[in-house]
Amino acid sequence: MDIALIDAGGANFGSVIHALDRLGHSPRRVRDADALGDPDRIILPGVGEAAGAMRLLRERGLVDALRDATAPTMGICLGMQLLFEHSEEGDVECLGLMSGRVRKLQPGQGIRVPHMGWNVLNTMADSPLLSGVEAGAQAYFVHSYAVPVNSTCIARTTHGSDFAAIVQQDHRCGAQFHPEKSSKVGERVLGNFLRWAP
Amino acid sequence: MLSRRIIPCLDVRDGHVVKGVRFRDHVDMGDIVSLATRYRDEGADELVFYDITASPQGRSVDLGWVERVARVIDIPFCVAGGIRSIEDARVILDAGADKVSINTPALDRPALITELADAFGVQCVVVGIDSERDADGEWRVRSHTGDTSTLKKLKWRTLDWVMHAQVAGAGEIVLNCMASDGVRSGYDIEQLSAVREACHVPLIASGGAGCIDDFVTVFEQADVDGALAASVFHSGVVKIPQLKQTLLTSQIPVRPA
Repeated sequence: MDIALIDAGGANFGSVIHALDRLGHSPRRVRDADALGDPDRIILPGVGEAAGAMRLLRERGLVDALRDATAPTMGICLGMQLLFEHSEEGDVECLGLMSGRVRKLQPGQGIRVPHMGWNVLNTMADSPLLSGVEAGAQAYFVHSYAVPVNSTCIARTTHGSDFAAIVQQDHRCGAQFHPEKSSKVGERVLGNFLRWAP
Repeated sequence: MLSRRIIPCLDVRDGHVVKGVRFRDHVDMGDIVSLATRYRDEGADELVFYDITASPQGRSVDLGWVERVARVIDIPFCVAGGIRSIEDARVILDAGADKVSINTPALDRPALITELADAFGVQCVVVGIDSERDADGEWRVRSHTGDTSTLKKLKWRTLDWVMHAQVAGAGEIVLNCMASDGVRSGYDIEQLSAVREACHVPLIASGGAGCIDDFVTVFEQADVDGALAASVFHSGVVKIPQLKQTLLTSQIPVRPA
């Protein structure tokens, strides 16, 4: 399987490559539109901040390339946020491939931001992406921004308020947590994405 | 609900895990990858690898073992030791680490915290703090603690440094209470509670775990987000599955082992 791993300057490349390797796949690192080709799957990972990542994607011609791409696409963490219309982080227009806007998580009594650690995935819809993910399963999150629960949300998580943990719309999906670091649960979600036929 | 984290810490020297008492007398505890795998299998939520020779010797972390760990380990891990620049951090994160932890280099040059936060996001930036009570009753920060011959007592009050580090861009604070470290007489609840008041990002307790009850106490009384320990895990005195079972029974949210 030809998996294009998009370089948006994020820092979790190594982890995603290793996770795919454990599933028996060797992804290609794609730095610009010319290198995208016609992959079977596209993964947009991301640790970093939205404005810088969008600038890199734009400079490398990847904004249009990702809009035009028809392969099943998964955004991870910041990569998922970039799929939406706009992010409060740096007040930046994102890819606009999914409907919704990214908001800053609000700290509160006992609610620390960044939201860092393992938290429960509450499934909201039936989806092949959630196949084998048991009720109460936990995944690893590290983020300060999130997409509020909306119609694209198939699993939500609570930290102060609810936010989208997994989203799905057409041939695109996203995980706010890090499947590559979420042990068996993450491996399952990543495997489901590779088997997904939207 | 966000789970509290159990974090084994592996001090690394020459590709092996070692453990000392009060930062001295290091004993070989075994191969990095096999210990890391064991903890992952037992239900550790995260791992911290501290290259104890990198910082005192003025060199950066050996990437070989970071890559070896990243290939096998599917839970998050943080690397500490000798990270002084964006480039130092970038190669470690690229190799598969999730976070970098800086301690002495942040004290030498506090702007490093902001540089790393701007480059990678605050969630990648952990500030480790070694702290001890002085004769006047104030907790103050120590630097260069990797080697007793180079240890420095700083003027920074611990609480001031915690606040400064957060404003600068620390996404997490690991507070190592030096007087408790390796002594297994319990976490320093008084100091951790004081720091908790000043700390609005995740706070990890370090130093002093001796038995399962110490973990229950630190979560209940100091409201920390995670508890880090080394020797009790390496020696098998505390087994993570039992620890998590006890925490769950005590109504402390954890990820089941």
